[in-house]
Amino acid sequence: MKAVVTVVGKDRVGIIASICVELANYNVNVLDISQTVMQGYFTMMMVVDVSNANLPLAQICQQMDAKGQEMGLSIRIQREDIFEAMHRV
Amino acid sequence: MLNQKDILQTQDMIDKRHLDIRTITMGISLLDCADQDIHACARKIYDKICFRAEKLVKVGQDIEWEFGIPIVNKRISVTPMSLVGAACTADSYVPLAIAMDNAAKTCGVNFIGGFSALVQKGCTESDWKLIRSIPEALRVTERVCSSVNVGSTKAGINMDAVAEMGRIIKKTAELTADRDGLGCAKLVVFANAVEDNPFMAGAFHGVGEPECVLNVGVSGPGVVHHALQSVKGQPFDVVAETIKKTAFRITRMGQIVGVEASARLGIPFGIVDLSLAPTPAVGDSVARILEEMGLEVCGTHGTTAALAMLNDAVKKGGVMASNHVGGLSGAFIPVSEDEGMIAAAECGTLTLDKLEAMTCVCSVGLDMIAVPGDTSAATISAIIADEAAIGMVNSKTTAVRIIPAPNKVVGDRVEMGGLLGSAPVMPVHGDSAEEFIARGGRIPAPLQSLKN
Repeated sequence: MKAVVTVVGKDRVGIIASICVELANYNVNVLDISQTVMQGYFTMMMVVDVSNANLPLAQICQQMDAKGQEMGLSIRIQREDIFEAMHRV
Repeated sequence: MLNQKDILQTQDMIDKRHLDIRTITMGISLLDCADQDIHACARKIYDKICFRAEKLVKVGQDIEWEFGIPIVNKRISVTPMSLVGAACTADSYVPLAIAMDNAAKTCGVNFIGGFSALVQKGCTESDWKLIRSIPEALRVTERVCSSVNVGSTKAGINMDAVAEMGRIIKKTAELTADRDGLGCAKLVVFANAVEDNPFMAGAFHGVGEPECVLNVGVSGPGVVHHALQSVKGQPFDVVAETIKKTAFRITRMGQIVGVEASARLGIPFGIVDLSLAPTPAVGDSVARILEEMGLEVCGTHGTTAALAMLNDAVKKGGVMASNHVGGLSGAFIPVSEDEGMIAAAECGTLTLDKLEAMTCVCSVGLDMIAVPGDTSAATISAIIADEAAIGMVNSKTTAVRIIPAPNKVVGDRVEMGGLLGSAPVMPVHGDSAEEFIARGGRIPAPLQSLKN
């Protein structure tokens, strides 16, 4: 199963690194990544594979959300299917 | 392939435009809970609901996290209690309502629907018992919702039941007077009630339904409103097209959540109810959509046409997004639950008469309307009869959820709290319908019913 990770917040050193470490801890594989910085705001989107994750997805979502608050970022993980459902006939 | 624009658009709809799944509602058949002893029956009801819906809230919460979309309500609907209780020898069905309430609390759902009777053609002994238990049942319970179907296109209108429901609504308001007549916010009088409605207070699990099923109600007035802001001044063809596309997206969310939730619960997926359901939050209002189309205030001339178009476009957009569409499907216009409707009613533009006209072209009916506490039972019955007639003749569902707010007069406000919102007390006509209601009997089914 694939999921989309969206990270938004003020840019600083090490955002991608720390998020990738977190994901690796859950055994989540990063498939694709794109990021932009606009006027000091950092926006990153990743497509990840959660099939072999070592925790249920709902728990990973909650823990990453908490991690985001700790880091002053918005981090969210959503299953890829909702975007497909919404934007493809 | 996914692109960033689509992802951001979806997130924007959820974060800023109040896109959410309004409810996932588990329908449970309680037909096997019948028992002569009402306490045994109540025990069976509690046990069965808890057994079936044990995981409903947990599954809902997991899905909220995984999809990143709020599921505002997790609810339960059950077989109309007048059928389940029919074997009981007791005179009052209040113990059954209490069992429903306790089960709802145990399962963690905020409402449970099905303290209901279907009496469109006539009342059984059990139906009368249920109807007469409603005021007390709504007084002593917190989460139980009640509904009575008094008419249909096929059967006509049961005017004896209409007359009784006027009195029942008055009594329910009196018994919950300490809470502004809150009991009435959980009591709906229907014509052409549907068996798979996921929305409260009118949800019940019809007898044609399977043992257990999951129905979904979507929402998203804010999303539609936002989309219409980008087509200001353009012709209605463009407006309709914009609404359709938006409704498609909203409904797809409901479909995917419904399929996922039912698979996890191990029960069949029922329907998606294609609805625009407002909340009291700013930016989540159906009235504001109508105003965005060019009306200064909702309720002025042109409102019915605007609502008719909105309602139709929502259905057209939604129907392709789901493999099973059902429930009430359409735009809701509950006054107390819609910030724009409240404002329009407060300034006097939106009247009861205009709302009645609007119910001819939208999803349900006169919904969450507060009227003065001294409104007579006969007047309430007459309002019910009018709505039932609209439903009967137009082969659509109509309903009345009206609160004769104790000790309140026109201009006062009734606070229901939470999603039920607050309603300004609206004026009713003072002339009597007493003799009309006192006739009783049955209004015959209209010619529209003879389709064979």
